[in-house]
Amino acid sequence: MNRLSVVDVARHYGRRKALSQINFTCDAGEIVGLLGPNGAGKSTLLNILATLLAPSVGRVEYGNLIPADGAAVRAQIGMLGHDLFLYPELTARENLAFFGHLYGLGDVAARVRAALDRSGLAGRADDQVGGFSRGMRQRVALERALLHDPKLILLDEPFTGLDQASTRALVERLQDRQRAGCLIVLATHDLDVVDGLLTRALFLINGRQSIDSRSGGSLRERYQQAVAGA
Amino acid sequence: MSAFARIVWVIVKKDLTVEVRSLEILSTTMFFAVTVVLMFSFGLVVDGRPLNDVAAAILWVAIAFSGTLALGRTFERERHNDTLRALLLAPADRPALYMGKLLGILLLMGLVELVLVPLIGLLFNAPVIQQGMLLGLLVAAGTLGFAAVGTLFAAMLMRARSRDVLLPIMLYPMTVPVMIAGVRGTAALFQPTPDAAVAQFWLSLLAAFDVVFVILALWTFEPVMTD
Amino acid sequence: MTRSMVVMVALAAGMFAIAPWLINGAPSEATMGLVYKIYFFHMPSAWMFLVAATTAGVASFRLLFLKRPRADHWVIAAAELAVLFGAFTLVTGPLWARKSWGVWWVWDARLTSSLMLFMIFVAYSLLRRYGGPGSDKLGAGLALFGMANVPFIYVSVNYWRTFHPPTSVVPKLPVEMGIPLWFCVTAFTLLFVILLRVRAHLEHQRERVEALYLAEDEA
Repeated sequence: MNRLSVVDVARHYGRRKALSQINFTCDAGEIVGLLGPNGAGKSTLLNILATLLAPSVGRVEYGNLIPADGAAVRAQIGMLGHDLFLYPELTARENLAFFGHLYGLGDVAARVRAALDRSGLAGRADDQVGGFSRGMRQRVALERALLHDPKLILLDEPFTGLDQASTRALVERLQDRQRAGCLIVLATHDLDVVDGLLTRALFLINGRQSIDSRSGGSLRERYQQAVAGA
Repeated sequence: MSAFARIVWVIVKKDLTVEVRSLEILSTTMFFAVTVVLMFSFGLVVDGRPLNDVAAAILWVAIAFSGTLALGRTFERERHNDTLRALLLAPADRPALYMGKLLGILLLMGLVELVLVPLIGLLFNAPVIQQGMLLGLLVAAGTLGFAAVGTLFAAMLMRARSRDVLLPIMLYPMTVPVMIAGVRGTAALFQPTPDAAVAQFWLSLLAAFDVVFVILALWTFEPVMTD
Repeated sequence: MTRSMVVMVALAAGMFAIAPWLINGAPSEATMGLVYKIYFFHMPSAWMFLVAATTAGVASFRLLFLKRPRADHWVIAAAELAVLFGAFTLVTGPLWARKSWGVWWVWDARLTSSLMLFMIFVAYSLLRRYGGPGSDKLGAGLALFGMANVPFIYVSVNYWRTFHPPTSVVPKLPVEMGIPLWFCVTAFTLLFVILLRVRAHLEHQRERVEALYLAEDEA
């Protein structure tokens, strides 16, 4: 999958519009930021991109695949949700192995070992995840999301509660994936952290997309312009 | 091992591992089931002697109540860290997810019933050992029917509001054939002269119910879980 | 209202107006005398209850498996009618039972099964009302399972000792009883069809209003 196309997507709940008229396309090697205040629809849009939610209107295309292709599409998507998707009673190794088997990957043990090394948690591999700090759980969760080498990586507020070292590590990992040709969509509030990381910014205000002026100012300045203009 | 079986096995193993580490659902469900048996006994045992067929009824009511709790809490666990979303995200066959969760619940309920049935035998002098074979089949078939519908409903309700009371509201009327067949069949076995033929009849009704509703649940799981 | 609807409503109204006169003309029954005549309304209502339940099940199937979102309107309509006709059946039944058998309620198979099926559709209403977004699909699952349960319910009638007249009573009724019965069945069927269409139409309109509302701020 080299291109993600979102065409005229809207999502309604009865009379409430969570999202409307979302249109964008991005290509492999891009890191797209979904930026906006709470309740702007960032999580809703990510869920739609993850095929967990169907749009009320419009469609999403993953290269030449569509959501109806089911497992074929989901195999290419990796998601890091706000709630991390980890079982607290399982160890880091067991969590990764579970998802490895669930995804039908070959040689799960080796992949898990590699993932643990990359996350720097090989020493705590056999401790239950429930006892980890937020930053450590985040690292395990990220490796879980990337275990099957997805081409489309979706992240929902990944920088929440991370210290500087963990933030840096996450940024580096994302840049590494970007170089490998993945497509990354990232929803966040942390404008200063992602300024410079993003290749493109999409401002979501009240479910609508706002054009990024790309006027050359910092991300924060452009964001404030977009909010003011809405 | 086919992909389907592999997914089922992985999920069952995961649920077992998680449960073994904390034993929370198993121990509390089991204690609750025992409490239900005792509570109903206080109500229904008159002058130190139980009314007719009370033992069978109490057994199945305890299974239904504790089963509902176990179902709710198993899925609450998946909801807690949003892991159900991760399961739905995987390119795994959705019916396989259902089957994995169903087998996990069956194992849990089976363990609870291993305590409940002897308890009933003890408290009511019911011939649980002599009728062990048929009784075991009845309980197994009934639990399967109950859990098949229950697992689907509990999964469906995970993202709904008021889910804790909606589960019994939806589940109990739907599983009335299971309850009737279970109680009548068990009562036939607990009679002074046990009637195996009647018990076998109810067992076959349960088996038919199980087949129909497991298949229906497997078909319905995917459309009902996708939003 | 369309022309066919007007005709149906007029016809149904007329039939219900004539019905009491026809029922009055039917002979007294051997053991139950006058009282059994509630049967002429009770039985068609019970049939419509089952028809409503089946309709809800079929529409649910179309919603879930044939992916027709508008089928939801029919599920809602049919489920409501199941509660309506079910309630009517469960009230007229005991009224008859009290007079002919001396008790308000007997725990025989058919009464109990009807009550359970009725509860399933009450559960459906509660689910739609309190379940939040997405409960259209959940409700469809419930209604589908409810419909699948109907044969299990029917089977139990034949294997339980029961006070309820077995199904074979209907063909054996003498002609003078048969005419008012089938007349009432027709009237009830007309009523069912009218109510179903009107209720589903209401849901269609609600959907259109919401779409208009949503489109309004698109501009």
